[in-house]
Amino acid sequence: MAEPTLTQEPPGLSPVYPSLRPSGLRGIVADWASDQRTFKNVSWMKAMMWIFLLSDTFIFSCFLLSYMTVRMSTVTPWPNPSEVFGLTVAGHETPLLLIAIMTFILISSSGTMAMAVNFGYRRDRVKTAVLMLATAAFGASFVGMQAFEWTKLIMEGVRPWGNPWGAEQFGSAFFMITGFHGTHVTIGVIFLLIMARKVLRGDFDKERRGFFTSRKGNYEIVEVTGLYWHFVDLVWVFIFALFYLW
Amino acid sequence: MVDIPRGPTPPQIIPDTVPPDYMPPPAEVKEVELYHAHSWITKYVFCQDAKIIALQYAGTALAIGFVALVLSWLMRLQLGFPGLLAFIDVNVYYQFITIHGMVMVIYLITAIFLGGFGNYLIPLMLGARDMAFPYLNMLSYWVYLLAVLMLVASFFAPGGPTGAGWTLYPPQAILSGTPGGQQSGILLMLISLILFVAGFTMGGLNYVVTVLQGRTRGMTLMRMPLTVWGIFTATVMALLAFPALFVACVMMLFDRLLGTSFFMPSLVEMGQHLKYGGGSPILFQHLFWFFGHPEVYIVALPAFGIVSDLISTHARKNIFGYRMMVWAIIAIGALSFVVWAHHMYVSGMNPAFGFFFAVTTLIIAIPTAIKVYNWVLTLWRGNIHLTIPMLFAIGFIVTFVNGGLTGLFLGNVVVDVPLSDTMFVVAHFHMVMGVAPILVIFGAIYHWYPKITGRMMNEAMGQVHFWVTFAGAYLIFFPMHYLGLLGVPRRYYEMGETAFVPPSAHTLNEFITVMALIVGAAQILFVFNLLWSLRYGRDAGPNPWQATTLEWQTPQTPPGHGNWGKELPAVYRWAYDYSVPGAPEDFIPQNQPPQRAATQASLQPAPGE
Repeated sequence: MAEPTLTQEPPGLSPVYPSLRPSGLRGIVADWASDQRTFKNVSWMKAMMWIFLLSDTFIFSCFLLSYMTVRMSTVTPWPNPSEVFGLTVAGHETPLLLIAIMTFILISSSGTMAMAVNFGYRRDRVKTAVLMLATAAFGASFVGMQAFEWTKLIMEGVRPWGNPWGAEQFGSAFFMITGFHGTHVTIGVIFLLIMARKVLRGDFDKERRGFFTSRKGNYEIVEVTGLYWHFVDLVWVFIFALFYLW
Repeated sequence: MVDIPRGPTPPQIIPDTVPPDYMPPPAEVKEVELYHAHSWITKYVFCQDAKIIALQYAGTALAIGFVALVLSWLMRLQLGFPGLLAFIDVNVYYQFITIHGMVMVIYLITAIFLGGFGNYLIPLMLGARDMAFPYLNMLSYWVYLLAVLMLVASFFAPGGPTGAGWTLYPPQAILSGTPGGQQSGILLMLISLILFVAGFTMGGLNYVVTVLQGRTRGMTLMRMPLTVWGIFTATVMALLAFPALFVACVMMLFDRLLGTSFFMPSLVEMGQHLKYGGGSPILFQHLFWFFGHPEVYIVALPAFGIVSDLISTHARKNIFGYRMMVWAIIAIGALSFVVWAHHMYVSGMNPAFGFFFAVTTLIIAIPTAIKVYNWVLTLWRGNIHLTIPMLFAIGFIVTFVNGGLTGLFLGNVVVDVPLSDTMFVVAHFHMVMGVAPILVIFGAIYHWYPKITGRMMNEAMGQVHFWVTFAGAYLIFFPMHYLGLLGVPRRYYEMGETAFVPPSAHTLNEFITVMALIVGAAQILFVFNLLWSLRYGRDAGPNPWQATTLEWQTPQTPPGHGNWGKELPAVYRWAYDYSVPGAPEDFIPQNQPPQRAATQASLQPAPGE
């Protein structure tokens, strides 16, 4: 058989008879009852990211539920987070100062990411790349502050297997959950840097092939990266609320 | 596809299941570009073609499955003839139990259904050229292979593999009393599981996205073969259930490596107070079974789907109640997330929880019974061809009903508590999630082997294989129910001083062992048949079973790279147009346009319908 002649455009970008599609609930039913694609105008890449994030939500939920369970099961008192995570600035004991800054930075990075997505759709190569790099810089500084926080706690004697103030599960859950979240941020930063380079180099304008997949990318990857980034931010809000504020 | 001019609708009733002027909508997107292999390595080893990846998955799974088979032989020899094999001591026995269970549930059955059949059948059955993300798909296999190799490596590690039981319950799993607990066995096991979850996620995203977004023209969700429905739902479940296993493994790894106490209460081991304290062993059970129970259906749903297609094809009859079958699959998938604690009735939980989980467990019997009735009603007055796949499919129904009924016993708290630690449970779960899905795996291999290789598998060897496996499985597991009711405990290395067990139970144990050896040997015949038929099998042609689904309509057999010719097939009808009254043949492929079927048909209604 001759190799099938395959056209070159990535899927998911052509509009489908928008006028014929019913709106609202009927539209959802019509989409699910239709052929080819359940989510019209959603590319494979974006669908994959959403489903992955759903799966990842379950991972973080399990971590957080486990943390709550051991917090209940342990027999020794739980250390007071607002004291443990306090910083002494100019002689003033300020509870949760560092965490507040970290949270502010991470949420700000969501803003720059959203702007990057916007400029990505306008195919503004330079602005997109700069905003992605800014997002990566915010992310990297978040991880840096996390490293500072870890160092400070380790210096004060907090270990995964114990700490000076109470239940040893405090350190275990803290290092595990923030570590897992920090890993997510780090992966996001690396991904942002790689994608920013691709944007800046004009890979998506010139349809350059990917190094691993040999597929041609497009600007939608900026949005998909953004989905991941916003998810990581959202997870942080839960960690912040359930670990630091509780 | 051929563009057929649309004429005026004839006045007679058209003997077809679709309106004569039906045309699938035009393609919504242009086709995706495929990666074309340039060398032998990229074509057969680091391959991105889902069909090759499927064979790699299936081959690896079957290979490690044979390790599990040999382990079951050794365990049965110890139980039937204690002390016969000197090297099987208590520790080794527990190691065998653990690895046997783990391999069968995860590395064999899950991997072969989703990685093997999923990869092979999803793109072909949906009229796609490949999975959505071929590179990720390839990575999925190699991470899976790494996970398998880590598991195998534990046999050669100091102290051997873990002997914690396949459920790996803490605290014993990481204590020195358990084989591999303080050595590398448990570490390799946990890392292997983490890798498996990572690898599966890569593959699973592929399967889900391909089903949702990568179907061909005319292939609506409600026209998909039930095989795809089963695999799809199981994959969605796996993507939501494996995270719990992942988290449990990570936390246990920390307990073991870093000395954290997530799962470890304060305890004394060999006179020494360990530094653990304050953790919750029950937490692990919850996490494990939040994965573990959906896992039962991750294994069962693909089997349900495949068996529906086998029965319909080989009984030459449309599946009874297709829509109900789909909704039953979805209902079972959803319900299976709220029943997990029925594995923990003896953990001392609140009776109100026991009541809740018993109720949800028994509710699952409703969609399951719908499926069983529909299979039987599909067979009813069908033109049953007792081919090898059909034999296995019928064998599955019988076995599954059996295992399901004992599940109703064990789903009730009051019945479960006395039976929980007996051989009755072993018999139950082997019937329902061991033998039953494996019968489907065999049936499916016999069914799709002609498409994969272009040759039929040998019928005579297939008959021997089926009857020995089917009858043998009953002879193994039926007596085990009886042993369980007598109170013979499970997990025990030998019955020893359990005085309430009558001596006759031991004779039964010997019988079971002999049967297990015979059934195991029959599997060697199966492997021989696989290899022998590759060369000497009868030429199959493109569609030996005269099936309707798309994978049998490929331009080449075995299907080439990209699966289809210049154009993707268009789908005009559901997957079950068998014995349509008045149609010229007793099957109408899914990609056959309606008018052609109509013009060739004689318009008399078929007798008996």
